[in-house]
This record gives sequence, C-alpha cells and structure tokens, in this order.
Amino acid sequence: MGYLYNQLLKDIRFVEGLNACMNCGVCTAICPAAEFYKYDPREIIDTVQTKDEKKIEVLMKSEAIWYCGQCMSCKTRCPRGNTPAMVVMALRTLSQKLGYFTESEKGRQQFAIKRTVGENILKYGYCVPTYAVEPAMHPEQGPIWNYIRENIEDVMERLGANLLKPGPGSMREIHQSNLDELSRIFEVSGGSELYNHIEHYSEKKASEMGLEFKKEGIDNDYFRHVYTYNSDNHGKE
Amino acid sequence: MEEKRNIWKDYQKEIADDHYYYVRSCIRQSFFPASEEYFLHILKNELGKDIFDDPNHTTCTGIGYHADIVPFETIMTVVARHFALMKESGYKNIIISCVTSFGIYTEIIETWKHFPEKLEQTRENLYKATKREFDIPENMAHSSDIIYKFRNEIAEKAKYRLVNHLTREPLNIVEHIGCHYSKMFPKYGVGGAEFPQVLAGMIDAWGGNVIDYPERRHCCGFGFRQYLVQANRGYSVANSKKKFESMQPYKPDFVLCNCPGCTMFMDKWQYTISEIEGKTYGQNKEGIPVLTYEELAGLVLGYNPWDLGLQYHQIQSEPLLLKMGIDFSTEDKYKAKSGFQMPAPECPANINF
Repeated sequence: MGYLYNQLLKDIRFVEGLNACMNCGVCTAICPAAEFYKYDPREIIDTVQTKDEKKIEVLMKSEAIWYCGQCMSCKTRCPRGNTPAMVVMALRTLSQKLGYFTESEKGRQQFAIKRTVGENILKYGYCVPTYAVEPAMHPEQGPIWNYIRENIEDVMERLGANLLKPGPGSMREIHQSNLDELSRIFEVSGGSELYNHIEHYSEKKASEMGLEFKKEGIDNDYFRHVYTYNSDNHGKE
Repeated sequence: MEEKRNIWKDYQKEIADDHYYYVRSCIRQSFFPASEEYFLHILKNELGKDIFDDPNHTTCTGIGYHADIVPFETIMTVVARHFALMKESGYKNIIISCVTSFGIYTEIIETWKHFPEKLEQTRENLYKATKREFDIPENMAHSSDIIYKFRNEIAEKAKYRLVNHLTREPLNIVEHIGCHYSKMFPKYGVGGAEFPQVLAGMIDAWGGNVIDYPERRHCCGFGFRQYLVQANRGYSVANSKKKFESMQPYKPDFVLCNCPGCTMFMDKWQYTISEIEGKTYGQNKEGIPVLTYEELAGLVLGYNPWDLGLQYHQIQSEPLLLKMGIDFSTEDKYKAKSGFQMPAPECPANINF
C-alpha cells in the first residue's frame, strides 16, 4: 500500500467514511454540490478505492475535493454506510499537510478562511463575531447588517447581549485565561501545526504567482486574490 | 398499527427534564442574540428550570472544522473542555445552541464509542493543555429539542396562536431543520433524519399548518467554505433559491428554522436574490420572514417582537404580526434600551421594508 493511502488511513474520518462503495451513485444524486459544480462524489470514492498513488495525488491537487458543501446528505443515503463528505475532509486535511492544496484555485482559498475564521477563533474565542464580519466583505448581508454594525452597542444592548463585557451572555468578552486554554489546545492537538502548514504553503504559492503576501492580516494581494477570484470554470455544463 | 408504533420507537429521543449546562452558538450570538437570551428566559421564568450559562466556554470551532482549517483532534479537545467545564459546574445534561455544534458533538461521541483510543487521546490532550478532566454528558439536547419537549406547556401559556386572527385559518409554515441536526446521526434528532419532528411538533402544538414542499429537506446552501469565501457564494445562494422557488407556490406565511446558519442565510439570501433578479417570494413585494424557534415561542407567549430582535432581520415581520393579531408599537421598533430613538435602517431597493 502506498504512502498517501496509508496517510489517509490514519484519519479516523477516512476509516469511518469508506467501507465498500458499490458505485450506485446515490451520493451524487442527493448531493447539492453535484448539482452546482462539476462534481461527482461517487467518482471521488471510486478514485480513492483504487489505492492508486498517482491518482490520489492528482485528486488531492484538484479542484474537485473543494466542491463539497459538507451537508452530509450522503451519510444519510448511502446504502453501504459510507460518508463521501468525511472522506473529502480527510483528503482536504492531507492536501493541506502536504502543500497540494495550493495547486488548485479552490484549494488556495484555505488561506482566506484561515486568516478570517481561523484568526477569529484564537483572537476572540468566536468563529464569526459580529464585529469581525465586515460589511464590505459581506455585501449579501444587506443594509440591515450595515445598520447593526454602525449601531452595534445600542442594538446588542436592546437584544440583551453582553457585548465585549465580562461575565455570561451573548457576545461576552471571552476571558484571556479561556483564550489561553484554547491556544494550548491548538498547540497540543495539531491545530497550530495545520495553521502553520496553510501559512507556509500559501506564502510559497504567493511568491510563485508574484502576488504580495504579508505575515498577518487580510490587507495583501494574495488574500484579496484567493478570497475573490473565480475562474468561472467550476459549474456544471 | 403495532408495527407503525414500533417504527416510531426508532425516532424517539430522550430529553432531560431539568438541570442543564448551556453552550452558545457563534452565529446566534452574533446575528440573533435575543434568541439565546429568550431561550434562557423561557426556561428559567416560564418553565422554572435550572440552566447554567457559563461565561468560560468558547466557540466549539465548528465552522473552522467543517471549513477544514481545524483538525478533528483539535475540535474533539475543545468539546472535551466544554464537558470538563460542565463537570466542574456539577451538571450532567448539556444543551447545545447550534446545529453545526450539535452535529459535531454527536460525531465526537459516536467516534469515542467506536474508537476508544480517540477518547483516551482526547483525555490526554485536554489534560496536557488545561489540566482538566471530563465526563461524557448523560443527556445531550439541541436547544430546539428543549422547546419541543415543553411545547405543550408553552401552548398552555400562549397569548397568540399560529392562526390568522381574521380568517381563523392556520398559518402556513415552512420548517427547515438544518442538515447537521440529524442527517449524520439520525438517532440524536427528534424524528430522526427521515421524519424530523422537532419544529413540526412546535407548529402543530401552537396551531399552525406545516407545509410539505418538494425541496423541504434540501440544504440551505451554507456549505461552510462555499459561503465563507466570497468567490464561492454562488453555490450558497443557488441552493437557497432552489428552496424558495419550491416553497413559493404554497404561500408560506413564514419560515421556521432550527439552525443558526440556515436562519441567517434564508433571511439574507432573499435580499441578495431581490438585488440580482428583482425577485421577492412573499406577497406585495415582501419577503418571507424567517424566524428562530425562540422568536416564534416568544411571539406565541406575547413578548415584544422588538425585544426578540425581529427588526434586525433583513426581511421584516410586520405582515406576520398583523396576521397573528399581535399588538406591536411602531415607535418602539428602533428604540435603544435607554429609550433613545435610533434612526431607521436603509430600505432595500426591491423589498418592501
């Protein structure tokens, strides 16, 4: 058995997610991503089942593994108890560890997620706090979101929140001692290592692409590129 | 008949009666903070239950996990820390305020059952990072499970019912469960994945009519990375649009959501679709209001809709309030807690606001 397949077997989600696929295609039939993108979860499972190292490497460098929306409908429907969405998670994790993710347009977007949600987690203790969801980056949130952001203290107080204050309640300040514990959990469990992999390979790719990269924040050309660029070459024909 | 009863046994879920440890949702705190506050209010003050709101818990990191920047080992340890905080506080029943988190908690507990070495690894990681130790909860519920459990008690206290007060006809209601509530592990959801009853049970108890429409179980389209990255949002809005197109012929009076993300997306994508296509899905160029189950319970119990936060959804709820015969103050809508009159928000170009 090859190196990549062995690495995948170390991920419990891969072990749980792949029993024996009979290629019935029910996962593809129920899959919202297969309806929108050039995507076929049956093919992903089929490729992995070959245990062919070259094919698995190509898959991990491809756009395909980034199309799944993680709705997990495939888990409910597979007659063999497979979960293609969990196999996809294992493929994505390994793709990031090995730096393959920067070979695809959709894979490179991991950098944008790390610099937004990833930083929010360790800095604030929330994935998407009100004050970090910038209206300019979220025009779909509409004028009501601009309003909430402009009047955040009054709105939050009226709605019973405890915005950035100590003690319990919605949007409370997460005490530094709790943030420190969260950081230590990331250190001992591989979270920080994965963040470092994403940063390292993204910086390398930015250099190859000739795009400005900064060690922190979102004010740099590589972030703007991966966050907004869409080649329009992903949809179903 | 006996055979049918046996089938339903598979879809029942035990929900603890009292003494809960509460973990909050990132999206609900940020977008629907009043829903979490009123959940606590209803439990404590309407139902007389004991629930502990611990300031020391953090995000579960679930959005990061399903967007693949947080490893499974990390999220297992973060969740284990919440279990440790619960143990230290003297509680055994946990209530989870978010469907994404709930799905993750179920995934983790099932993983530990089937792979005990992962449980041991998590214990070691947590101790190494925090010196804390944990027990697995005796009972685990999503916060909607709790409202479902006490739906009849709420109905007994109801000031309003889900009925058009002029025609006396039940309101037509779309319920949206949210994929991670029970599609992964059906046994953890009321009604399982095939017959989710958690929201339909509330609607039935409070007098409304549940709409069954073709795309009822389709994903709202969050898709984690498919929304978080601007370049991918076409996926997200396309899935919500598919649902709106499918439900529109049934003329829903509102959508009731289970999951924080779904509530936000089904509200905000209506705005986006109106901007892109000029299309709205309610009557009179209005959108279809999208409510959390606490907002709905609050309306039924006669709470002020502006304390519940309905004015801070993009789709406004006045048409629904009028149908239910709810007495509300227009002047109070944009008042701060201090009584200060705030300005009115900008009106979207293509939605009556």
